[in-house]
Amino acid sequence: MRSAFYLIFILMSCSRQSDVLIIQNKGSDTLVNLAQAWAEEYKNVKPKVAIAVSGGGSGTGIAALINGTVDIANSSRAMKEEEREEALKNNGKTVREFVVGMDALAVFVHPKNPLSGLSLEEIACIYGMGGECTHWNQIRGTVVPGCQGNKIIRVSRQSNSGTYQYFREAVLGKKRDLKLGSMDLNGSRESIDLVEKTPCAIGYSGMGYISKHVKAFCIQNTKDSECIPPTLKTAVDKSYPISRELYMYTSGEPSEEVKAYMEWTQSEEAQKITIKAGYVPAAKR
Amino acid sequence: MELKATETAVPKAMEWRHRKSTKPKSERIIEFIIKAGGLSSIVLIIAILIFILKESAPFLIKRFDFSEFFLSTEWNPASVVEIKYGILALLVGTLLVTIISMLIAVPLGLACAFYISEFCSPQLREVYKILIEFLAAIPSVVWGFIAIMMINPLIIHTFDVPIGLNILNASIILALMSLPLIVSVGEDALRAVPETYREAAEGMGATKWEVATRVLLPAAKNGLMAAALLGVGRALGETMAVLMATGHSIQIPESIFEPGRTLTATIAAELGESPKGGEHYQALFAIGLVLFVLSFIVNLSADYLIRGRKK
Repeated sequence: MRSAFYLIFILMSCSRQSDVLIIQNKGSDTLVNLAQAWAEEYKNVKPKVAIAVSGGGSGTGIAALINGTVDIANSSRAMKEEEREEALKNNGKTVREFVVGMDALAVFVHPKNPLSGLSLEEIACIYGMGGECTHWNQIRGTVVPGCQGNKIIRVSRQSNSGTYQYFREAVLGKKRDLKLGSMDLNGSRESIDLVEKTPCAIGYSGMGYISKHVKAFCIQNTKDSECIPPTLKTAVDKSYPISRELYMYTSGEPSEEVKAYMEWTQSEEAQKITIKAGYVPAAKR
Repeated sequence: MELKATETAVPKAMEWRHRKSTKPKSERIIEFIIKAGGLSSIVLIIAILIFILKESAPFLIKRFDFSEFFLSTEWNPASVVEIKYGILALLVGTLLVTIISMLIAVPLGLACAFYISEFCSPQLREVYKILIEFLAAIPSVVWGFIAIMMINPLIIHTFDVPIGLNILNASIILALMSLPLIVSVGEDALRAVPETYREAAEGMGATKWEVATRVLLPAAKNGLMAAALLGVGRALGETMAVLMATGHSIQIPESIFEPGRTLTATIAAELGESPKGGEHYQALFAIGLVLFVLSFIVNLSADYLIRGRKK
């Protein structure tokens, strides 16, 4: 919806001044908020360049790039080898990859919770459909002070949130649902507020939202592996298990204006917007 | 009371109709505007119904399965295994929250209306009225925030339960939200009872309490009932505050201390992000249709109750 408005806005503005260059930017729904925030800020940086952002999913963006209808494709997954070959065949140009940011999800609990970390398997046992962990004592015999019945209160997000979908995929894979009956709140902010006030609760959100009043867990890939806390550093070096890179792709060496935009997205100014939007900034390449 | 007023107004209007030619032009214009205003509300309701029907029609025709929709507790539109649209849990949540909030708000609201109208001094009355109307000015997101940050920990500590965002919490919030409406409509109904009734009763040696329970209560019964039903409508339709206060959890609550979910909150949470024209979007409009029917039933039975009592 927002991207549609933005498109209309751009169409309106280009009828007034025809010398505006429009860069087409399409793809991942996870990235769409960040891409829009950047596009809006970029208007102030270069008023003569307009970025038209639309979503549709990573696959849509990559397909459009292969067909040559967009300048930049957003993707929350790396392009597959076949896709790269197809793009080369169609356009005669090698695809260029830019890592524009990271998406890391923190799992957090009330500060009174004595646990400091969980393995992915344990998180799946708590959140996954058919998972049997309903009480804290089923997880390493934990007793949470102030939590009546030691019951696990699962805090989740509404089912069409991008955070929800990424969490589900990262913890349960592509073929398993989250257990129904969780508290499906409407924003990361609310999740944090609720967990802060509820000793029994566990929740998840983008790392950027974590406050001092909740305890963010370190996560183990398997039971015996090292427990990795969610920090900018562990998200960037990909050691944190629930994090992924967010990409932008261009066809061949980008044109001057596209290149300038891609360079700007790596700038400190743009990366500040990244953090503000709840993502993890990319490491400089 | 209101009916009587219209009864006396009818012959007067007829008189006007007979003398139509003598009616000044400005009056006719005003009459037309009023008539258009009255009609517009009917047109609007029908337009809303048509819109909801149109948006939900593809779902109702292609996907709708009565036993799944009304008897399954699984509402899972984003499933990667099997997409399900069952609203039983949501329906139960809506009914529970509405009923319990009214159990709190109606006695409290009517008692408050009686106190303000009959028992307190005129100066205090003004203060109370302003304070209660102030309650109505609080936005529902703020109520939701109060539910999470204040009532949630309070319920956890007081009742020693694992979670404070539950049916009880939502009922308390909804009761507080519908109180101003119940109090002010109820107070108006009591004020509308002619002073002579009170004077006659007091003249016969009735105490203030007897005047209130034996004279005013029967005399203002319809108005008080309307106040209560307006409260029900308010509670049934509220979205943001219950979204936050119920815990928004898909399950049939086993007690008032368990979280639940309502129909309205489901629409509020999911409509914005479901692709327009998709199956999920249409299913949400089907929920809207259910809500439309529910509120229609409430209004109809209210009407029937009040008329039945009249006869």
